[in-house]
Amino acid sequence: MTVIDQTSTEFDDADRVGLDHRLAQLEAHAIFVIREVAAECERPVLLFSGGKDSVVMLHLAKKAFEPGVIPFPVMHVDTGHNFPEVIEFRDRLVEQMGVRLVVASVQDAIDEGRVADPGPTGSRNRLQTQPLLYEVGRNKFDAAFGGARRDEDKARAKERILSFRDLFGQWDPKNQRPELWRLYNPRVRAGEHLRAFPISDWTELDIWRYIAVNDIELPQMYYAHQREVVERDGMLLATSEVTPALPGETPFVETVRYRTVGDMTCTGAVRSDAATPLEVLTEIEQSRITERGATRADDKFSEAAMEDRKREGYF
Amino acid sequence: MELLRFATAGSVDDGKSTLIGRLLHDTKALFDDVIDAVAATTARRGGEGLDLALVTDGLRAEREQGITIDVAYRYFSTPLRSFVIADTPGHVQYTRNMVTGASTSDVAVILVDARHGLREQSLRHAALSALLGIQHLVLAVNKMDLVDWSEARFTEIRDEFAALAERLDVPVVTAIPLCALDGGNVVDPSPHTPWYDGPCLLEHLETLPLPRYDEGALRLPVQLVIKPGVGSGAGVTAERRWYAGSLAAGIPQVGQEIVVLPSGTHSRIAAVEGNAPAVRVQLEHELDVSRGDVIADAHDAPHTVPQILARVAWMADKPLRAGSHVLLKHGTRTVKAVATQLHDRLDVATLDTHTGVDELGLNEIGTVTFITSLPLPIDAYATNRTMGSFIVIDEVTNGTVGAGMVAEPAGAPV
Ligand SMILES: Nc1nc2c(ncn2[C@@H]2O[C@H](COP(=O)(O)OP(=O)(O)OP(=O)(O)O)[C@@H](O)[C@H]2O)c(=O)[nH]1
Ligand SMILES: [Mg+2]
Repeated sequence: MTVIDQTSTEFDDADRVGLDHRLAQLEAHAIFVIREVAAECERPVLLFSGGKDSVVMLHLAKKAFEPGVIPFPVMHVDTGHNFPEVIEFRDRLVEQMGVRLVVASVQDAIDEGRVADPGPTGSRNRLQTQPLLYEVGRNKFDAAFGGARRDEDKARAKERILSFRDLFGQWDPKNQRPELWRLYNPRVRAGEHLRAFPISDWTELDIWRYIAVNDIELPQMYYAHQREVVERDGMLLATSEVTPALPGETPFVETVRYRTVGDMTCTGAVRSDAATPLEVLTEIEQSRITERGATRADDKFSEAAMEDRKREGYF
Repeated sequence: MELLRFATAGSVDDGKSTLIGRLLHDTKALFDDVIDAVAATTARRGGEGLDLALVTDGLRAEREQGITIDVAYRYFSTPLRSFVIADTPGHVQYTRNMVTGASTSDVAVILVDARHGLREQSLRHAALSALLGIQHLVLAVNKMDLVDWSEARFTEIRDEFAALAERLDVPVVTAIPLCALDGGNVVDPSPHTPWYDGPCLLEHLETLPLPRYDEGALRLPVQLVIKPGVGSGAGVTAERRWYAGSLAAGIPQVGQEIVVLPSGTHSRIAAVEGNAPAVRVQLEHELDVSRGDVIADAHDAPHTVPQILARVAWMADKPLRAGSHVLLKHGTRTVKAVATQLHDRLDVATLDTHTGVDELGLNEIGTVTFITSLPLPIDAYATNRTMGSFIVIDEVTNGTVGAGMVAEPAGAPV
């Protein structure tokens, strides 16, 4: 006789990482949203960066369709300035999950003249929107799952679970569709699309609790390791071909980890000894800075940097 | 840990966003970089210290105008409970966004400016909260500093609201005098209210009983059919199909007798997997079950009816009229429908119900009969929030234009 599988609601360090009322509700809701969009949209795609949120998303998608397979491809918006270990991890996980990978390439967009070349060391972060929308259009995707969370940023705090994008991929935060209960309205016309955010209500702590409870593998750079960095604008930036030390900066080796994983040119590391999910949990429980505040140069441009990018169609 | 969802409500400028900023600030839920950013923006706008409304008013347009336009969701926890906050707009133009935030909340905190007392928007939001079945309202009488912390003024507003809540059928109301600006009675008690011996807002939110909905007999709206092994190659057997969905009530038990609605075919549960409420089940018989169908307890099934009588909150400029053709999404099924009759409309200013109406306009609440192209298995909203609710979709614009709550299943069961 099969009974409701309770295994993932029980774990060792129960008080610390409880997949309790809260995490169980968050998981069930995310699975519900993933199934709704998969059932109602013609051609969904899951945006997958190899970062912790998108890894959790892929894990949830797998759960949503078990014992069947994930019925949509994943898409990585590749800035060409990625951490090599993330690309390696991405390819391995995609193969393991048996999903098709679509790559939306910023380099191709530059080479084909779809976006201006910011130069060898310029930030390619904002340039991700064009290739993202380009591939959405080319593949006729009508829904793109994102792992964005409302706790990340004040503009993201305003997002619906299903968020409408017009013919130009734009978000209009002043005129969002009402969203009642769990009755999601996924209807779009040809050329329009939806962004679906199943883990909207998860916090950074929830993500790490979930990773701990389910033993989910992440790129190693999320845990403490030694890396050569420079200190720039109060952030630790890894030195690399695309992020060389500038005149006056002295590279040094530090024990660090990453709280977010994005483009190398704008993602900073934090000093940390946390080597396991539980140690990471302890660390962020004590942190007084948000993950984007600690590690993202791209959000520091202006007060509404995220809103402006999102309006254009950014994730 | 327990999770409580609550929404703010009330008229524009009564201090909802400031209160949420204050609550987050005083529970140390605001990170340093957020506080720095709020301080910098406050200074740039010529203010002093922290304008705590900026914590949730995160859009450019909101900051320019100093009002909330759309719901902001915020999260915090205390040792006792974790919370999801929906800070909703008070402006009448954005009522649909208030409804959005309140529809997933367990509790509504209705703010009232102590100087102005109850206003039309306070009543509209109270009526909408009641309509959405929110069992517990908190009346936060805010800006007590501007009425010299007058007990008489607090009592007056509290009593006026209590009378209103009774007419709206809200079972529990707790009134708290507070000041979002200085934080009095929000997280810490105010020194100005020796006459008040009730809880502070936070303590109240931490301890009020969690509402329980949707208990009762099995209801599983089918989201999708999973064919095991599809695409997975070797070893695929002729295993039964799985029906995946989120339980609207009950827990399926192996061997349990079920009925599939609307077809009315019977079977038994053969297997259950997943963490409730997100489950998948197999049935003993090979039936034609597809997305939109409901698997229900055979001995306690919902009524499956071609006609629905519902309370409707209308959210579009184009009014709903008798004869309007729309789409209804109920559970996991979307059907064509026609509004055949408008029975009444609520006057939110007086809370009187008027009959003999011919349309339901933007932000209005009324009672409507719909005929649907397929019979729908429904329960009353009061019994089950999922089985008793639907959204109205405009077939032309694809917009979500109404929220419906089933008053009572009209017609006989199959
Ligand atoms: N004196 C005093 N002023 C307050 C208090 N709470 C809020 N305010 C002020 O009231 C004004 C409106 O506050 P908001 O928090 O933006 O009001 P709101 O209810 O969120 O408004 P909308 O979201 O646009 O409906 C601001 O100037 C606040 O500083 C209070 O307790 N006392
Ligand atoms: Mg506000």
